[in-house]
Amino acid sequence: MGRTLAEKVWDAHVVRRADGEPDLLYIDLHLVHEVTSPQAFEALRLAGRPVRRPDLTLATEDHNVPTTDTLAPIADPVSAAQVEALRKNCAEFGVRLYPMNDPGQGIVHVVGPQLGLSQPGMTIVCGDSHTSTHGAFGALAFGIGTSQVEHVLATQTLPQRRPKTMAITVEGELPPGVTAKDLILAIIARIGTGGGAGHVIEYRGAAIRGLSMEGRMTVCNMSIEAGARAGMIAPDDTTFEYLAGRDRVASGPAWDEAVAYWRTLASDPDAEFDREVVIDAASLTPYVTWGTNPGQAAPLGSRVPAPADYDDPAARASAQRALAYMGLTAGTPLAEVAVDTVFIGSCTNGRLSDLRAAADVLRGRQVAGGVRVLVVPGSMQVKAQAEAEGLDQVFEAAGAQWRSAGCSMCLGMNPDTLRPGERSASTSNRNFEGRQGPGGRTHLVSPAVAAATAVTGRLTAPADL
Amino acid sequence: MEAFTIHTGRAVPLRRSDVDTDQIIPSEWLKRIERTGFGAGLFAEWRADPGFVLNDPTHAGASILLAGPDFGTGSSREHAVWALQDYGFRAVISSRFADIFRGNALGNGLLPVTLPAETVEALQAAVEADPTVEITVDLDARQVRGAGVEASFELDDFTRWRLMEGLDDVGLTLRHEERITVFEGTRPAWLPTSV
Ligand code: SF4
Repeated sequence: MGRTLAEKVWDAHVVRRADGEPDLLYIDLHLVHEVTSPQAFEALRLAGRPVRRPDLTLATEDHNVPTTDTLAPIADPVSAAQVEALRKNCAEFGVRLYPMNDPGQGIVHVVGPQLGLSQPGMTIVCGDSHTSTHGAFGALAFGIGTSQVEHVLATQTLPQRRPKTMAITVEGELPPGVTAKDLILAIIARIGTGGGAGHVIEYRGAAIRGLSMEGRMTVCNMSIEAGARAGMIAPDDTTFEYLAGRDRVASGPAWDEAVAYWRTLASDPDAEFDREVVIDAASLTPYVTWGTNPGQAAPLGSRVPAPADYDDPAARASAQRALAYMGLTAGTPLAEVAVDTVFIGSCTNGRLSDLRAAADVLRGRQVAGGVRVLVVPGSMQVKAQAEAEGLDQVFEAAGAQWRSAGCSMCLGMNPDTLRPGERSASTSNRNFEGRQGPGGRTHLVSPAVAAATAVTGRLTAPADL
Repeated sequence: MEAFTIHTGRAVPLRRSDVDTDQIIPSEWLKRIERTGFGAGLFAEWRADPGFVLNDPTHAGASILLAGPDFGTGSSREHAVWALQDYGFRAVISSRFADIFRGNALGNGLLPVTLPAETVEALQAAVEADPTVEITVDLDARQVRGAGVEASFELDDFTRWRLMEGLDDVGLTLRHEERITVFEGTRPAWLPTSV
């Protein structure tokens, strides 16, 4: 029987297989950031162990970094100590680090792809659940906890149970104005936050093939919000075009050899998936979340649902709690929900094409009075590219704030937070209670919807401007 | 890692589904570089509400968390497991765990026990009726007993053995270091490096 993409990548990385035990998988790339690594390095130090493969390890500062004055010392002493710990650890263990203000710095999941480090067929891990992003290249990429970070640092391997496989086939073409973000929000609304649990999702079908690499990264990024172990897309010419010529990518005969191998990775026609879901792209419209988990999403043109709409008691109770937390009334048109903050950025939607989409909407328009708009590029390189195109000027002319690279308001570990009761339209990936600041209320949206919302001050699709 | 064989204790019912790790330990707590002391931050936002179940004195000292479905979703932060352990929990019972959380828990000796939703509800109801009731989580027998419930749970033999011995993965893996070196010799030269 044929094998799926995930199974091929898995099989190519098994260092040791024994009956009843998890497979020991080799890890091709380990990405590190300041939040989930200090305890892992400390454990290595205590055990007197080195980092086995510093050359397959890369660190960046992203979660804590301020996005305003990046040259001044970090004001919060606890954040500063965490960033300092990463610097010390990287120096001591010989790990390459992109620190604040370095042109290579940025969100870990933006940095890997932009360097060309994330390639098809690789295994990639990071102490961060959105590592699923790199699956857009046909890599098997997943988030791990700090004990596993220690394990990979020490051994460059990870014991893992073979996950199940799930195919999500998106047939047809996305209608104009419907983006990768709308697609993934619709998928999570359909299968639920636990719908992918225990599975690696492979996204397939014409609509997926039609996405750019950045769109594919947006889709794979949020696989974890459906509970999936990872999300993957088979590499194709779009992938190879994106990779060709990037800093860390082979050239000459080595490139040809790599591409020949990558072309063998797609799931075989007779491969079987443990679960299959089919989605019709043509039926989709812009999606927004109304609740406190990413599965609580609905078309922007619809209304806030009522708890009574749900048959499952747990889902009903969850909707009830979510409406109370979000301060929403069932039946309210989503397009009437007013926000005071718009956040454009994150590892989901902080890449150049995302900023272009937002700038296209804001060009020649003004941000509504009383609305605070933060535009935070995903990396210093994205920032430089956007500035070279004059996007910073478009944002600033419209009344938005143009910031420096980092995670920023996606999780509010730096000073960019929502205050209690504030409501945001955010291009990030999590609308959990308090995610963007205690008491803050988050609606997840695409960059285009975020920009249109900035103009009107309420959830708005660009087509309705 | 502390070994887990059998544990008997009181339980606290947390009747919420989709409890994400941002709720278990808010991001403000993630700035710490230590591995201990996270108990004070456990469910920090919810504990600000005097009516929250963990603030109910009748559940003080409980060591088993009876959670709703899809427990531990979202962020990979292992701090969530450290917070639960630091607070005093030895086991969490739910009808479904998020994968990363489950892996983190198993790596630290916090036992994630998966039982059918009806069984978890029966346990929750029993504990709500009588908070002093004790529940036994028996890893050796792979069984949960008490409060009128006797239910078996699944856990593979290898993981069970590792937990009962209190072994950490790094030590186990380094026994196969030669295999790792051999594998490294077979990796194609075009694979990228970070330096
Ligand atoms: S942007 Fe948000 S989701 Fe992405 S790595 Fe940073 S904090 Fe995590």
